[in-house]
Amino acid sequence: MTVGLTPDRAEASAGGAEPLSARALADAVRRGERRASEVVEEHLAAIEAVDGELGCFLTVTADGARRRAAEIDAEVAAGRDPGPLAGVPVAVKDNLCTTGVATTCASRILEGWRPPYDATVVARLAEAGAVMVGKTNLDEFAMGSSTENSAFGPTRNPHDPSRVPGGSSGGSAAAVAAGLAPLALGSDTGGSIRQPAALCGVVGMKPTYGTVSRYGLIAFASSLDQVGPVARSVADAAALFDVIAGHDPRDSTSLVDVPPACGPAVGAGVQGLRVGLVTELTDAQGVDADVRSRVAEAADALAVAGATVDSVSIPELRFALPAYYLLAPAEASSNLSRYDGVRYGLRVDGDDVADMNARTRAAGFGPEVKRRILLGTYALSAGYYDAYYAQAQRVRTVIIQAFARAYERFDVLLAATTPGTAFRLGEKIDDPLAMYLSDVCTIPTNLAGHPAISVPFGTDSAGLPVGVQILAPALGEPVMVAAAAVLERAAPSTPVPRVAAPTLATAGMPAVGGAR
Amino acid sequence: MPARITREETAHVARLARLDLTDDELDRYAPQLAGVLDHAAQVAAVDTAATPPTAHPFPLRNVLRADVPVPSLDRQVVLAEAPAVEDGRFRVPRIIGEAP
Amino acid sequence: MSAPAGWEAVIGLEVHCELRTATKLFCGCRNEFGAEPNTHVCPVCLGLPGSLPVLSTAAVELAMRIGLALHCEVRPSVFHRKNYFYPDMPKDYQVSQYDEPINVAGYLDLPDGSRVGVERAHIEEDTGKTSHVGDTGRIHGAGYALVDYNRAGVPLVEIVSEPGITSATQARLYASELRAILVASGASDGRMEEGSMRVDANVSVRRVGDLELGTRCEVKNLNSLRSLSRAVDHEIGRQVAIVEGGGRVEQQTRHWDEDRGCTVTLRSKEEAYDYRYFPEPDLVPLAPDAAWVEDVRSSLGPMPADRRRAVVALFGAGGASDARADQVATVVELGLDHLVVAAAGAGIEPALALARTANEAAADAAAAREVDPAAYTALLQMEQRQELSATQAKAVLAELVTGGGAPVEIARRMGFEALAAGSLAEVVAAVVAEHPGEWERFCGGEAKLAGFFTGHVMRRTEGKANGKAVAAELAKLQG
Ligand SMILES: [Mg+2]
Ligand SMILES: [Zn+2]
Repeated sequence: MTVGLTPDRAEASAGGAEPLSARALADAVRRGERRASEVVEEHLAAIEAVDGELGCFLTVTADGARRRAAEIDAEVAAGRDPGPLAGVPVAVKDNLCTTGVATTCASRILEGWRPPYDATVVARLAEAGAVMVGKTNLDEFAMGSSTENSAFGPTRNPHDPSRVPGGSSGGSAAAVAAGLAPLALGSDTGGSIRQPAALCGVVGMKPTYGTVSRYGLIAFASSLDQVGPVARSVADAAALFDVIAGHDPRDSTSLVDVPPACGPAVGAGVQGLRVGLVTELTDAQGVDADVRSRVAEAADALAVAGATVDSVSIPELRFALPAYYLLAPAEASSNLSRYDGVRYGLRVDGDDVADMNARTRAAGFGPEVKRRILLGTYALSAGYYDAYYAQAQRVRTVIIQAFARAYERFDVLLAATTPGTAFRLGEKIDDPLAMYLSDVCTIPTNLAGHPAISVPFGTDSAGLPVGVQILAPALGEPVMVAAAAVLERAAPSTPVPRVAAPTLATAGMPAVGGAR
Repeated sequence: MPARITREETAHVARLARLDLTDDELDRYAPQLAGVLDHAAQVAAVDTAATPPTAHPFPLRNVLRADVPVPSLDRQVVLAEAPAVEDGRFRVPRIIGEAP
Repeated sequence: MSAPAGWEAVIGLEVHCELRTATKLFCGCRNEFGAEPNTHVCPVCLGLPGSLPVLSTAAVELAMRIGLALHCEVRPSVFHRKNYFYPDMPKDYQVSQYDEPINVAGYLDLPDGSRVGVERAHIEEDTGKTSHVGDTGRIHGAGYALVDYNRAGVPLVEIVSEPGITSATQARLYASELRAILVASGASDGRMEEGSMRVDANVSVRRVGDLELGTRCEVKNLNSLRSLSRAVDHEIGRQVAIVEGGGRVEQQTRHWDEDRGCTVTLRSKEEAYDYRYFPEPDLVPLAPDAAWVEDVRSSLGPMPADRRRAVVALFGAGGASDARADQVATVVELGLDHLVVAAAGAGIEPALALARTANEAAADAAAAREVDPAAYTALLQMEQRQELSATQAKAVLAELVTGGGAPVEIARRMGFEALAAGSLAEVVAAVVAEHPGEWERFCGGEAKLAGFFTGHVMRRTEGKANGKAVAAELAKLQG
């Protein structure tokens, strides 16, 4: 790989961007030092070389990416600025609508469906000069924590292909970890960005509910879903967040307040910051000893950097998982009704329309989606609504109030992202409850609508990446990324993935963390 | 909290959800759902007598749109994705009964 | 048209009204009747994956107008999803207001003096349109169906009456009065034949004196006022016959068959359908503030009942007679009452103004609504001053309604140039002077000679004289 920038680690740790970072690529393209076409070709070649083994992508949009890159190059040549992500390859989770490009949600029921419109976030990426290189694999309709629930085959963890990348944004996390794209979009309903980011050793951020438009994000659970960035550094994640965040009049739940820009906050440090180490999300039953150790080290690192760190117990969080497994399936059962074989997608014929609907849905949905539809239908049905759904909504209030009390004392909270590191394919697939427990540390944030970010912080004894999580109150993204960046700088090095783009293997990974 | 979900209830819920499940699937899903519901039933332990439900994380109100027409989709584009089309409309098998 | 002796009917009506907005409830597609199938659709109203609804301000305002016109309380409201599968529903759930509707607890005063409670008037989205294709064209025999989603997502307000209606006549009166209110409030065009107002009736019967309600049946497909009253009458008769024959009425949804003049079973409703209502997470609550509600209230014109009262008031303390009540109802229903009020205000006899409007102007109400009230008044003045005969005035009125213009000009063009009162008196005096013998006999009591004098006056004036005016002149000369 020839780069126009000096691959100077000293510069990187001093706050400059590492050579493979999205910001460095964009800067080089904007200055005319690199051509977008060349950047895109390199990444397409990497996808070609290693994605057969990983299965990150459901669709590679090579032609579209080349056309777009050529446009960007023409703009630069004409003296125009293509935007803050000029020429940066981005992988897009396949539950985001892309005009004319198959959007499947990793489901047979939507196989081959071509949306007639772009998700707002996809349009914002294009306006910022980014180049979509493909659509990434996921658990069907984003339901899962391992990407094994894809109808089109699993994605594998680049650090160990016999293990899962986490989920549901497993394709996005693995693609970024393997160097197939510097940036990716994921979606996070109960941890679906942060959990795979932790398992793949990359940064994953779930923004405040309502700061990123959901228009064009194929719904799983509408009151919890949020689109967010996956990147190899906190600064890159912040840059992507700044591009996709903002009010969208097409999403009624979009916040009107302009979310504060995160990019400038990355280097703000944590001097004087009050950090609460959440007992329930760290020492909870089922959290591995290795993960607990890394979280404790992360707490130390924040203290060394000038923060005040104290333990805090928020006992109400124990009820987040049970509440989530009533609320999310309930909303999902309704959101997924429209896949009925009438207007788009799969149809399996039947004697009458009801029979056609039932056969289509039986053939088109995989086992996990069926389980959640059944669960959600049950939770909403007559006689059970009050005990299950309405009670879960009240528990949601209880959790929001508990967080509010904690944030009276702390600016941000620190926690594990996942109870364990990447598990083997097939290990939990027949035990739904065990799989659901993978999200025990991430779900509370979704219920509250708050932001959270997972940052790689060393490995377990087997050398698999561990993620730690910074949680912040609503619209607290700037302080959250400041703390995350401090952790990133302090983190023990994460190994270069076993399966990765040649360019990535040469440059080292992650550029900043590895330089400690 | 109500009793665990039975196979019959699973079948009833599957009908409501328009899922044509096989006997094998019903045998498999019923205990799995029961397991998850047992776990979820923990929400009953929280005293929420004085707590209102949360449907949205933030209390937004009156999000409205001006009554100004915008172009609709081209009909060719709309119908191109349909499994069956006739005469500019979506074709479906016979409908038995009216909407409930 | 009321229940058989010894029986009492309990009727509640659910009226779905399509709102006259430019766009659909949750998207910018046009709300327009009669377009080519599937041309007014977009990702939102087709329920494409990833699309999201955004509520139309205009729909909310029109819903408030309906609520305020029905004396409802306008309250904060929440949209729910009503989940059921049906191919005319793009998302397989309907977004509707459930336990927190925007309008509650109103009432409707009917022209017959009765009052019917309005339980609620809530906002919801319409469905698409299915056409059954196949050998018989009837639902059960149809080979397949075709779906057009142009109507899917059109804003509706569903107005639910209390079950306080007791006869087919009153049901019809309620529906027609409600339609007048919907039109007067600007919320709807009230066209039942185009489906912009659709009525379902819940009907049950009980013996007079019974407190317990009978089992009710819901009758659908009532797409005219005539169908409504026929169907309700038939259904009352059917239920009474069942109970008198020792049977039990079964809770059912029934369909009105206009051709056969009877209701037929659609389905039994023994087990209520489980709609799994829950708050629509893609929309936020609606809470119009007091200022907005007052704005809407102050922009509402007078409603039909107020307008009927205004017309009746023209007749003074005695009010309008019963015979005139129908005329009053007609002019208000047709939106012609302003013509009566304007004419009476300019000194026209209220009875004349009302009669001409309810009988003649009403014949072409749409055109009559466009007539200039000043011209209308001028015409009635000519008739009242007897410059035109009643027959002539009606002819001029018909011209005025279809073509407009000044009544004097129209009358001249039609050859009805009026004789001024003064010149008529001269002509009559001249004719009397020319026929002293006949005059003497006329004064002596031979009343039929009036025709003799009138005939001469008519000849002399080439038919322009008004017969009544001639008689009046003769009477004056007699002293
Ligand atoms: Mg309704
Ligand atoms: Zn539309």
